[in-house]
Amino acid sequence: MIKEVVIKTDKLTKRFGDFIATNEITFEVYAGEIFGFLGANGAGKTTAMKMLCGLSRPSSGNATIAGFDIYKQTEQIKRNIGYMSQKFSLYEDLTVLENIQFFGGIYGLSDKQLKKKSNELIDILGLQKESKKLVASLPLGWKQKLAFSVAVLHEPKIVFLDEPTGGVDPIIRRQFWDLIYQAADKGITIFVTTHYMDEAEYCNRISIMVDGVIEALDSPINLKQQFTTSTIDEVFYKLARRAKRTENLK
Amino acid sequence: MKDVELNNIVKTYNKGEIKAVNDVSFSVDKGELFGLIGADGAGKSSIFRILTTLLLPDSGTASVNGADVIKDYKLIRKNVGYMPGKFSLYQDLSVAENLNFFATVFNTTVSENYDLIKEIYIQLEPFKNRRAGKLSGGMKQKLALCCALIHRPTVLFLDEPTTGVDVVSRKEFWEMLKGLKQQGITILVSTPYMDEATLCERIALIQNGRLMTIDTPDNIVKQFPDSLYAVRADNMSKLQHILRNNQQIKSCFSFGDYHHITFQDDIAYSQNELIQTLQSANLKDIEIKHITPSIEDCFINLMN
Repeated sequence: MIKEVVIKTDKLTKRFGDFIATNEITFEVYAGEIFGFLGANGAGKTTAMKMLCGLSRPSSGNATIAGFDIYKQTEQIKRNIGYMSQKFSLYEDLTVLENIQFFGGIYGLSDKQLKKKSNELIDILGLQKESKKLVASLPLGWKQKLAFSVAVLHEPKIVFLDEPTGGVDPIIRRQFWDLIYQAADKGITIFVTTHYMDEAEYCNRISIMVDGVIEALDSPINLKQQFTTSTIDEVFYKLARRAKRTENLK
Repeated sequence: MKDVELNNIVKTYNKGEIKAVNDVSFSVDKGELFGLIGADGAGKSSIFRILTTLLLPDSGTASVNGADVIKDYKLIRKNVGYMPGKFSLYQDLSVAENLNFFATVFNTTVSENYDLIKEIYIQLEPFKNRRAGKLSGGMKQKLALCCALIHRPTVLFLDEPTTGVDVVSRKEFWEMLKGLKQQGITILVSTPYMDEATLCERIALIQNGRLMTIDTPDNIVKQFPDSLYAVRADNMSKLQHILRNNQQIKSCFSFGDYHHITFQDDIAYSQNELIQTLQSANLKDIEIKHITPSIEDCFINLMN
């Protein structure tokens, strides 16, 4: 079976003056895969993610996202991906339904599709009573689940999740991963960052970035064997401890 | 002696609609490292703001160093250090300027209390002329800690100091806290990371404004009511599906490369029977083992 490649980067690099935030990263992500993108603070994850989403122009190197070129086809990239982060997800002062319709509209769904999809989504999430309430009034866990569902409403090829589970309670955190699995089963590729190392175990493959470079990339089980440890936490610690880059030049 | 004491503290928002803190009582001993563990929105920050006299409770009483949070607020403000969850230093002042500013506000000098922050400040010193707003997350956190310590507080309040911080920096931060504890400072720290709970002497687990339990991490683990098992197989998502739909399984939650389960009736339904069930479902590489619960297991159990 040939795996369909949905993210392909070749020596992708971003410089800010003398500072190389992301240094020649080369990797592939396959369709329907859950790919964990790990790294210490300041390792270059956010910079890399911005390039992959078509929001930041690389300094050098190449990449295609969902088959589109990262330099020339950024608009097509944006239409074929979903994005959600802990910091920015939904508009607090719009209602649940308004948020679904707003984001669905931005992602290019027709009025007819939107109506059908928003009703479906509200049913699936059990938010019938809350659909006309402001998002601000929802508990954080519900907001995060709604934000994820909105980010995949247009059935994108890839969804980028930037620390989606930060701060939520342990049960919601697990329910959130159930949603991730459901999306992956539908063929949506998941590209996720997290500081919870148990969540790294739920990924098919993970990469660990140190000082702008991808230092390790494999399935969790292979990485644990490679570093002769019993947990991903230790693998991460072994690699991230080597980081030399602290403050200089940034 | 108690350094922090709360009695039946209630705090509501939106005219009583949202109960952020719901009848919370606990105390922290002098020199203790005490952790408040819970998710966002559990009420942790409201408790911190009440204790640092920045927010008035609706009802109940609270004191710090024996001083009442309402009547003696001026005294408390002089004696405590507070690091809020959101970075609150002056972004356009340099590292050194921020530190000097906070020392001066508290009527002291950096040199007078330098020994207290030395270990932490050494790491910041090469960047002392850099504006605080231009520091990385980890460095900002260290500077905020220095500023909260520069007047040698008796009690230190740290509201989610490690949220969004990577594993390596989190380990470093907890090492710093241990050092401060040895200097006799009482520390109240909050965190959403359950694994950090075991680094505290005592912890309170909080959810929806209520304390679910309060004890040493060891005792909380001992109070876990069931025998806990870790299970894994070649297909984890299929395994989870089977476990969740098995009447004999009381609870099933994913924990990294294992699912943690408890049985409805541990004696009647043995592990062997479960293994047979899983084998007949064509699962391979089945492993089941008895384990000691983590704080996260306890937290989930108390939530249900």
